[in-house]
Amino acid sequence: MAAHQFILNGQTVSVEAPEDLSLLWVLRDVLGVTGPKYGCGVGVCGACTSHLDGEAFRPCIHPVGGLSGREVVTIEGLGAQGLHPVQQAWMDEDVAQCGFCQPGQIMAAVALLKKNAQPSDADIDAAMSDNVCRCGTYVRIRAAIKRAALLLRSGAGGG
Amino acid sequence: MADTLKSDATVSEGLDRRRFLTWVMASPTLMIAARLGLDVPEAEAAKPPEGATTALSLYLAVQTDGRIVTTLPRTEMGQGITTAVAMLVAEELDMALDRVDVRSADADPRWAIQLTGLSSTMRFLTGPLRAAAAEARARLVTAAALRWRVLAHTLTTAHGVVSAPDGRRAGYGELAEDAARVLLPAVSSQPRPVSRFKLVGQPTGRIDARDIVTGATRYALDLDIPEALPTVVARPPTLRGTVQSVDDASARTMPGVVAVVPLGTGVAVVARTFGQALAARAALRITWTPGPASALSDADIRTRLRDSIGPRPLPPLFTTRTLEGRFDFPYLAHATMETQSCLARVQGGQAEVWLGAQDPKYAQREVARALGWELTPWRVTVHITRAGGGFGRRFFTEAAVEAALVSRAIGRPVKLMWSRDDDMRHGHFRPASHHRILAYLGPGGRVLGWHHRAAIPTVEFPHGFGDAITALAGEVLPEVTSAVFFALSQKLPYGFGWVSHELRDVAIPIPTASFRSVFTSQVGVSNEVFVDELARELQVDPVALRRERLTSNRLKAVLDKVATEGQWGRSLPPGVAQGVAVLEEWDSAIAHLIEVDVTGGTPRVLRIVIAADVGLPINPKGIEAQLQGAAVDAMSTTLSAGIHIDAGTVREGSFADYRWMRMKHVPSDIQVHLVRSDDRVGGVGELGYPSAAAALTNAIARARGSMPTRFPILDEGV
Repeated sequence: MAAHQFILNGQTVSVEAPEDLSLLWVLRDVLGVTGPKYGCGVGVCGACTSHLDGEAFRPCIHPVGGLSGREVVTIEGLGAQGLHPVQQAWMDEDVAQCGFCQPGQIMAAVALLKKNAQPSDADIDAAMSDNVCRCGTYVRIRAAIKRAALLLRSGAGGG
Repeated sequence: MADTLKSDATVSEGLDRRRFLTWVMASPTLMIAARLGLDVPEAEAAKPPEGATTALSLYLAVQTDGRIVTTLPRTEMGQGITTAVAMLVAEELDMALDRVDVRSADADPRWAIQLTGLSSTMRFLTGPLRAAAAEARARLVTAAALRWRVLAHTLTTAHGVVSAPDGRRAGYGELAEDAARVLLPAVSSQPRPVSRFKLVGQPTGRIDARDIVTGATRYALDLDIPEALPTVVARPPTLRGTVQSVDDASARTMPGVVAVVPLGTGVAVVARTFGQALAARAALRITWTPGPASALSDADIRTRLRDSIGPRPLPPLFTTRTLEGRFDFPYLAHATMETQSCLARVQGGQAEVWLGAQDPKYAQREVARALGWELTPWRVTVHITRAGGGFGRRFFTEAAVEAALVSRAIGRPVKLMWSRDDDMRHGHFRPASHHRILAYLGPGGRVLGWHHRAAIPTVEFPHGFGDAITALAGEVLPEVTSAVFFALSQKLPYGFGWVSHELRDVAIPIPTASFRSVFTSQVGVSNEVFVDELARELQVDPVALRRERLTSNRLKAVLDKVATEGQWGRSLPPGVAQGVAVLEEWDSAIAHLIEVDVTGGTPRVLRIVIAADVGLPINPKGIEAQLQGAAVDAMSTTLSAGIHIDAGTVREGSFADYRWMRMKHVPSDIQVHLVRSDDRVGGVGELGYPSAAAALTNAIARARGSMPTRFPILDEGV
């Protein structure tokens, strides 16, 4: 078992874990970071979506082995200095129901808005259709992304 | 619990004329309990309620910090009940919403009904909540009056503070202890009239939103129970298969593995992390005995259901023509985002489990039974956590039983999780069904009768409906409960002469459960689809037909609303059409208008317009969310998501093949219009599904020129 060092939510962490253990379980079972959820374990539902070097990724299919020196941000690290505009927009639109998929939805939305400050409906469809919401909150997710885009363009915060 | 005093309150002005008992619970600070008082004669009203402690509806506590903690025998699964409950409490007590906390109670026989389902939470709890909160306010005001030696009726309340005309002020927290000792309130403890509501009825954001968006919300497996070990279970390929033999030699030597524990339902693997437990599970070599459904596949099941329908009954007199419709619905998995999971700690003859259960008392009984403690179920404590979706699946608590057994076997706490394929392939499913609807026409297009016979595998309700009697019936005579529920729930809101709904209960050894809308998800949907077929036969507009034949004014009102808001009959390009449908259930009424485009390979929903009359809309924003979500459920199961059975094995194993709607499938326009009739509180959770599914089907029928009869529609070609 090797020690793996990476940056998690702005802090350098070092964990002892087998190379091939997926990051989701390192986060949840070793580090106690429970924001990313298990929904499928095979990268099809998006409930664990987090950021790796600023891009959306799926910790459930990403072994901890390849992470040395890289930067991981989970939902817990998103609003370190108060709510991120996307989180604020999620509250304003009252998006969540059961809430289980929402950390992943929010992280996917933040990654989208970083690349595309003014996403069209088609852009939102393309970026968000791999995140399942079983409660069916898609209408409000879409509205929240548009609201967050406005907030971000008006300089209400960064991320 | 020594109960010192009680008063009674009647919530009147038509919202709910039932009587509620409230009483002060023995506690250092003010605690008020409430329950339905229907069974208590008025003459008894002055005495402490006999047996009141065994029939609680809810209680609330005023803390010394001024916060109000409301404890409910209900589970938050996303449906927004905690927000609606907090709004009612804040309203009656004149305080800020963020000063009210709402908690789910542990399993406890004192709760009259501890079950989250049947769209019942707000219907049943609004009255007792208002009564308890109004009682609390009256006692806080009285405590202040006694302290200041002034007349209680001169005092006012606002923002959680009691104020006197001379400017003296005291927060509820400062009065909480004195209020617990008030013998009789000196001001009215009647809830305020609906017309004076300031918060209730206003669109309000969820009280748990901030925790959700910051990742702070704790579901069962997120709880920090020291040393709880990750656990998964290897399960048979076929439904309800059993272990014949197991070779765990290589699994035991894999990294992180702590224990391998054989169970009736499979073989559990305990490890340091879930990743390691899942890897070791894959290394187990197990020989399985096939389950009881291993000879059954979809085609066999469909045949058995069709064969159960039987010959046509005799038509009513003067029938000149009989229309027949046949419909097939698939098995459905609930597929909650949070898979079945439970934390358990069994030690020293006591057990504690943490899970999001829809029936905590059933969970307690099941865990006790598994541990051999049937006669001492109180040794099992069931803590209710927030659940990541329920939809009927969490009436069943296999994960709790498994977790308790493993914890006892290894003498350590465990956190047990079902993998997604476990959850999909070993669920309790909404049963498949086959329906025959006969519409009898007489001279001049009169509808003389409507005969609907549904062949549906027994729906398992072992949990009953939240009280001991139906729970017993559900366990001993499952088909009786299923039939009784069918008879109680299925109605037709049209003046169609002789109307009959019959259930042919078919024994098929595939596990079932109630699913959002239960029988109405099939019977109600096919009825509304066949109403459109009838309109086509009679060559009348489907909205006009409904307007003419509906027997409910509430339904006519919501139908008119969607027809107006959705511009029924507007001109649309070829291949695009509108469909409507209605439903009255749970004391609420709803109509859907859906526009669909069938020019591509897959029908595409363009727009959904919903109008609902749910009585008093406590939180319009939450109601809108429930109705939008139910519409997405209806789209999913009507168009693309269904469970297939291949020789006793469930084909679908994840969201990759169980094709629930994604962002790209869902229109950006799902409008909800609330038609208010403030004289009642109707149910919402299940209301939005059936007429959404039927309106979508009707739109597709009108766009294509032929009525879909098999669901999901994308299976038609299979």
